[in-house]
Amino acid sequence: MNKATSSLGRSFAAHAILATYTIIALFPVIVIIVNSFKSRKAIFRSPLSLPDETSFSLVGYETVLAQGDFFLYFQNSLIVTVASLTFVLLFGAMAAFALSEYRFRGNLLMGLYLALGIMIPIRLGTVAILKLMVASGLVNTLTALILVYTAQGLPLAVFILSEFMRQVSADLKDAGRIDGLSEYRIFFRLVLPLVRPAMATVAVFTMIPIWNDLWFPLILAPAEETKTITLGAQVFIGQFVTNWNAVLSALSLAILPVLVLYVIFSRQLIRGITAGAVK
Amino acid sequence: MKAFVPANPSHSPDVFALGQAQQKDRKVGSLKLENIRKSFGDVEVLKGIDLEVDDGEFVIFVGPSGCGKSTLLRVIAGLEDATSGSVKIDGETVNHLPPSKRGIAMVFQTYALYPHLTVRKNMSLGIKQAGLPADKVAEQVDRASKMLSLDDYLERHPAELSGGQRQRVAIGRAVVRDPELFLFDEPLSNLDAALRVNTRLEIARLHRELGATMIYVTHDQVEAMTLADKIVVLNAGNVEQIGSPMELYNKPANLFVAGFIGSPQMNFFDGSRLEGETAKTIGIRPEHISVDTNEGQWAATVTHAEHLGADTILYIDTDTVGQIAVRLFGQHNYDDGDRIFATPDADNTYRFDAQGQTIG
Ligand SMILES: Nc1ncnc2c1ncn2[C@@H]1O[C@H](COP(=O)(O)OP(=O)(O)OP(=O)(O)O)[C@@H](O)[C@H]1O
Ligand SMILES: [Mg+2]
Repeated sequence: MNKATSSLGRSFAAHAILATYTIIALFPVIVIIVNSFKSRKAIFRSPLSLPDETSFSLVGYETVLAQGDFFLYFQNSLIVTVASLTFVLLFGAMAAFALSEYRFRGNLLMGLYLALGIMIPIRLGTVAILKLMVASGLVNTLTALILVYTAQGLPLAVFILSEFMRQVSADLKDAGRIDGLSEYRIFFRLVLPLVRPAMATVAVFTMIPIWNDLWFPLILAPAEETKTITLGAQVFIGQFVTNWNAVLSALSLAILPVLVLYVIFSRQLIRGITAGAVK
Repeated sequence: MKAFVPANPSHSPDVFALGQAQQKDRKVGSLKLENIRKSFGDVEVLKGIDLEVDDGEFVIFVGPSGCGKSTLLRVIAGLEDATSGSVKIDGETVNHLPPSKRGIAMVFQTYALYPHLTVRKNMSLGIKQAGLPADKVAEQVDRASKMLSLDDYLERHPAELSGGQRQRVAIGRAVVRDPELFLFDEPLSNLDAALRVNTRLEIARLHRELGATMIYVTHDQVEAMTLADKIVVLNAGNVEQIGSPMELYNKPANLFVAGFIGSPQMNFFDGSRLEGETAKTIGIRPEHISVDTNEGQWAATVTHAEHLGADTILYIDTDTVGQIAVRLFGQHNYDDGDRIFATPDADNTYRFDAQGQTIG
């Protein structure tokens, strides 16, 4: 009985901590969403109260949707995020497989070199990247963003995935070789399914910074037709007047797609974490 | 001592000659290794291995952990390239061929079944990949599944099978390929003792029915002695001796083989402890020493007795040659501290020179 109460107490404490953390983490998001449904006056008068009949207003959303390019921004963000994510996962997994599976000269060095990228922020190279993009005529294209984000995401992807791939049974791969599977089949059919949780982890960690990034869109692709959603929302922030309704509505809308992607990946992520725990 | 009965009677030489004609269309492969060397970086793991395996032979590699057994098997399979030397299967050099083209099948210690495929698909993947027509694939899978009683499990996934069943599926996957050469890397070491005996018998039966050439790596002496036509004793990347189980037991070429084959281990002591003895080291197996309470060659004290029912193992401290083990058949009432006399069987003592080689 003593044990039962103490474990009850412990689980209560654990839940209290988790709940507190959840509230702190979700608070800004909730405030944004709640306020996006309020009139400008109400936002400033009582930013924490829920919208009621008098304060409820969709003016923010109307402004955002009336701004014709908003769907284009959305589309740009999605294209950039999904394309970068695809390349990071594909190339990251392939590089990780090569590093973990094959013995070749410079294997360790190559792994260290790739891991170095985790510690050195890519933004340090912004000027050089901009010069490069100007020289290659890629300024104001989505390609520029996709290339940069792929480079930005690869180090962590290679690092995490090669660690996981080392744990895939060598005998399994050898059995595949004896059965005559090509190295590509072994990679795609035997190894990738087994490291799916790790892929999901990498996907989440790669996706969110890309979606939220303001820096590179601003520098490399500020043109109207290549703006991403985060950059697009900035049109409502002026030096003297900021259209808060529109900013909050734009941000609320921007959360949606990434939330969907996150839910898809987090299924895999949680499965990976619990599978590890049960073993 | 039990007389030597070949594990596979059909392969005694005269019968084999008769069967040679039919043997042609059955795929049975011989294997020849010439001066195989393998290094990982600066470390030489295999130091020049020569070996010939005849059609239909059951050959077992034994040796201490890390001596290169698995590496040698992987070189034969083509999973690892030899640094130098040649591998010939059926007279053809296969060094440049990938594993799937060498006519081999391999069974791994960890089963290595494809987790996302059913048992049936696990077994058929290899031959499908090789381009066999669908009806032939189904026929081969059926045959292997009958042979290993896997019919009930064909639609299950590996996760839904017990360890023993998984290993049978892994063996089935090898059988389906209809290889010239089977390679086993410690296939039974993950199974419990009872299952190990059953699966061992199953492998012996498989060898009889298929008549295929098999190479088998094991730590287990009983597996080696019971299954093998020929045992290859490896040590630190060298072949110490090749021979039938009884040859290795009766005529070990050197100290290492003498100590490695037989359990409990052969007793060794310095030749100088015996009068008029010129050999550096003398060896005598525990089962070749008799004891008596009243008279004998060496006076001794029992330090420990193990009563196993069928056998009694005594560890005794002799005044002449020091600590030795004695194996007596049946049950005996010796206890710690008893004074006894031990007498070695003169016909069954082994003598080794300073280099550890057996002297005549
Ligand atoms: N890929 C590798 N890289 C470097 N060294 C290796 C590699 N594979 C094996 N070795 C080394 O080669 C030696 C022989 O290994 P191997 O696996 O053949 O031993 P084994 O006889 O099968 O041992 P066990 O009975 O424990 O399975 C070991 O010392 C091992 O450390
Ligand atoms: Mg091994």
